[in-house]
Amino acid sequence: MTGWSQALSRHFETAAESATFTGNRGLQIEEALIFEQDSPGHCGVDLPEPPAHRMRLGGLERRGPIGLPGLSEPQVVRHYTRLSQKNYAIDSGLYPLGSCTMKHNPRLNEKLARLPGFADIHPLQPVSTVRGALELIDTLAHWLKRLTGMPAMALSPAAGAHGELCGMMTIRAALTARGDARKRILVPESAHGTNPATAAICGYAIDPIPNNPRGRVDLAALKAKLGPDVAALMLTNPNTCGLFEDEILDIGAAVHDAGAFFYCDGANFNAIVGRVRPADLGIDALHLNLHKTFSTPHGGGGPGSGPVALAASLAPHAPLPWVVHGDNGLDLAEHAENAAKDTIGRLKGFHGQMGMFVRALGYMMSHGADGLRRVAEDAVLNANYLRVRLADALTQSYPGSCMHEVLFDDRFLKDTGVSTLDFAKALIDEGFHPMTMYFPLVVHGALLIEPTETESKAALDQFADTVNALAARARSGAAASFQAAPRLTPRRRLDETTAARKPLLRWRPDQPRQEAAE
Amino acid sequence: MPTLRFTKDHEWIRQDGDTAVIGITDYAQQQLGDIVYVELPAAGTRVQAGKEAAVVESAKAASEVYAPVSGEVVAVNAVIADDPAKVNADPMGDGWFLTVKLDDPKQLDGLMDEAAYQAFVAEQG
Amino acid sequence: MRYLPLTPADRVQMLASIGAASIDDLFADVPPAARLPGLVDLPTAQGELEVERAIARMAAKNVPAGSVPFFIGGGAYRHHVPAAVDHLIQRGEFLTSYTPYQPELAQGTLQYLFEFQTQVALLTGMEVANASLYDGATACAEAVAMAHRITRRPKAILSGALHPHYCAVCRTYAQFSGLEVVALRPNPGHADPIDIDGDTACVVVQYPDFFGELHDGSALAARCREAGALLVVAVNEIVSLGAVQPPGDMGADIVAAEGQSLGNALNFGGPYVGLFAARERHVRQMPGRLAGQTTDADGRRGWVLTLSTREQHIRREKATSNICTNSGLCALAFSIHLALLGEAGLTRLARLNHAAACTLADRLSGIRGVRLVNDAFFNEFSLRLPIPAAQAVEALAGKGVLGGVAASRFYPERDDLADLLLVAATETATAEDIDAYAAALTEVLR
Repeated sequence: MTGWSQALSRHFETAAESATFTGNRGLQIEEALIFEQDSPGHCGVDLPEPPAHRMRLGGLERRGPIGLPGLSEPQVVRHYTRLSQKNYAIDSGLYPLGSCTMKHNPRLNEKLARLPGFADIHPLQPVSTVRGALELIDTLAHWLKRLTGMPAMALSPAAGAHGELCGMMTIRAALTARGDARKRILVPESAHGTNPATAAICGYAIDPIPNNPRGRVDLAALKAKLGPDVAALMLTNPNTCGLFEDEILDIGAAVHDAGAFFYCDGANFNAIVGRVRPADLGIDALHLNLHKTFSTPHGGGGPGSGPVALAASLAPHAPLPWVVHGDNGLDLAEHAENAAKDTIGRLKGFHGQMGMFVRALGYMMSHGADGLRRVAEDAVLNANYLRVRLADALTQSYPGSCMHEVLFDDRFLKDTGVSTLDFAKALIDEGFHPMTMYFPLVVHGALLIEPTETESKAALDQFADTVNALAARARSGAAASFQAAPRLTPRRRLDETTAARKPLLRWRPDQPRQEAAE
Repeated sequence: MPTLRFTKDHEWIRQDGDTAVIGITDYAQQQLGDIVYVELPAAGTRVQAGKEAAVVESAKAASEVYAPVSGEVVAVNAVIADDPAKVNADPMGDGWFLTVKLDDPKQLDGLMDEAAYQAFVAEQG
Repeated sequence: MRYLPLTPADRVQMLASIGAASIDDLFADVPPAARLPGLVDLPTAQGELEVERAIARMAAKNVPAGSVPFFIGGGAYRHHVPAAVDHLIQRGEFLTSYTPYQPELAQGTLQYLFEFQTQVALLTGMEVANASLYDGATACAEAVAMAHRITRRPKAILSGALHPHYCAVCRTYAQFSGLEVVALRPNPGHADPIDIDGDTACVVVQYPDFFGELHDGSALAARCREAGALLVVAVNEIVSLGAVQPPGDMGADIVAAEGQSLGNALNFGGPYVGLFAARERHVRQMPGRLAGQTTDADGRRGWVLTLSTREQHIRREKATSNICTNSGLCALAFSIHLALLGEAGLTRLARLNHAAACTLADRLSGIRGVRLVNDAFFNEFSLRLPIPAAQAVEALAGKGVLGGVAASRFYPERDDLADLLLVAATETATAEDIDAYAAALTEVLR
């Protein structure tokens, strides 16, 4: 690669000077695939010899080897420890991914979820042996109902997008039940991609709604699109620009006047928890991401949990199973009969993400009503503090205060030769996870920053100082240094084009092992 | 003498008698960046003017290619299905997408000629 | 509040920097009518000790599987998970990281996903696998939707011996999509009358089936192929593939499986991990995330998320699925457990499971009035009892044995299945547990 400035080559060793015999660089240790560490016959688990007996596999015994590698426990522990060290995490630093809510994950909740009374119970045990589990689910539902002001909770959805599917299906079921075959769903252009994808699965056509110049839904445009064939509006509030939809009461009224339902994507509920109840905003259905607002760990991409709060008009269509108050205390309704006869059916196997329920309830009980309100306040305070700290160096897309996240665009990079992507990659070398890039799509080169309430003022100041210094460097004409970033990570920029042109999605025995480039 | 025309969606179409070859313009391939995948219709299927005829993808974006005209697909370019980089390298030549037998040979009349298209692209900034 | 780092002094200073008189100023966009003036009617903050005490009290009301002779399966299986698994997945760099959108900061996650995809492909005998879905049931519904996209045909046929939850989820997902789902009538001990026609997008069978029976799917795969339909094979108990031929070898086009058995606790039904494997030619129609190998700017091997244009964040309403968050950490637990087992360990574990189930089947079917339904099975089988199975389950629980699942829990309307009991035995069942079960069932049926 050419184009590094003299100044940079003084700061950084050249690739040749920093090369090591092993390819390792201090604490960054190269790690081969488990398949490349195979000691055939080896095993990291000691199991007894199976007793001799007549096999009853119907002649379907496996004929050939599977191809799995053999490793001992120390090799496995070292492998995954080394891999873990190639990851950034909220435990290691500020993770300001807008709309993702990377907040501290309390370890108490990990301990609680692993209590044998929750972790080691089978979903099909007799109900008499799992009453405590039903009590926990019912208690969680109670907390969520109080916080949303909504009368019913559907708990089985496994993630936010699954919750959207649940909510939109209950809406379609309610419309079908009243003989109303509406066809269109209105979705703001700033919406997360799951919204239109979900509406499409439910058989709806998607009709986009533009934003107004203040970054909110254009109420006049919305009203113009509303009509007798509109089934619902899917709105995110606070929206993906980090702004509260200040005309939301008018929006809800207009939607209801048109006979449509008002769905709210609650991915950003963490900004208002304890201060605003969605029921008071006229919302009919809202999914919550327990892995965002209620801090169950993201785990590198799941598992999540996406309970859905439902208005009374939608509650009869909630998915199975239902936890119900029966004659002998809490019980499970697992079939479409009696009160549950109008259910949309089952959305996943068994009863929902119990492990996430335990963690979320632990989180809520720890904070309490007072602490949860403080969560929203500190999240909003932190975001606004970053907003003003970055105001001079970056270009805020919509002026004024924000909620839990603040949106900038790439005007501050105009004519610098530095793109939003380059800027984000430079942040990586400074030890920060970048903000969300290029989302929402309504502004050019978006940078969406969500610090969350679990960052200290000192951490915010250090981040702001770094971003400001990088912005100054970008303006000073150091584009090449940005384009070469990151330089200090286990891997530098990866070739996504080749990955997509010639997908290599698994290891194969005949695949040559690639060593570090010469 | 073949007629070359362009659409506002950045497709080009080259008509020769009652068939026409369709592809995407140099401007379109530049906007998409490195093309990683092209999805083509099967020969024998029908395309309709203004409707999706193919899909072209870069690593981070997907875009529909609209048929500028109506007709029956008589050939598709298998080369770009195997090696989509050809679309970047030679969009108006080796990177063509499909050949259509035109329902009506006069369909190209409303489309832009090269000069008009270049002016249109210049306006896009 | 122990989780909030801002001090009162910080808050005052920060508000001053912002130019806000109070925190309420920052919520000025909320319409006054929607502002909550005070606290929600819920308890206030508590310390770790108090929260742990309250939640542990609920946990104590449940009967953990490990505390009793335990023989329940039906789509979730109790296995011994090596201690290293839970230790490793709790490393903060795995537990508290996000989806690997910045590959330079997530090579650890991406590499384990690549290894996970390879393990799943090997185990199922398929060419490619994705980075996980929510669970087996949703994976099955996604498989049906994928078959619909590929074949553009309007009908899916579900075997009567497909897990009823998987059937139900397929129906729920399909109900507004224009896809007709034909679920055959469950008939344990008999083959499905499957009629494939030109409208059939796919046939979905389970292996081993819901009642524990093992069927060779090769002939069905050939019939599907001939008719232009796809064969989807669902697997509830992934450990079985350590002992029996993989669905890929039988000609499956898509495998949708539950991966809970490896690395993951029972967790009262979730979180689990959906496994999804397919043929390379269909890779662009697959749902979910895919990790792929590539090189970095220095030419070194590395990993990225790839083929993202299938996904909702790019393709929006034209995406192959709406899935975003999947089961990353559960996939990691699966992968670590399988790495520890390896070829030798998994095959031995599978044999131990089969041996335990054979022993148990012999003991229980020797009890007067009890009949084994299965000819061939792995670690789960069905029994016909002389009394309603639900009654037997409750009576056994009263004697401290969790002895299986009554089919009537799934098919309450089917009187002819009221005496059917599903029983599973894994490596966790001891000889004493099997003795205790046989003795308790003998007493219950006396």
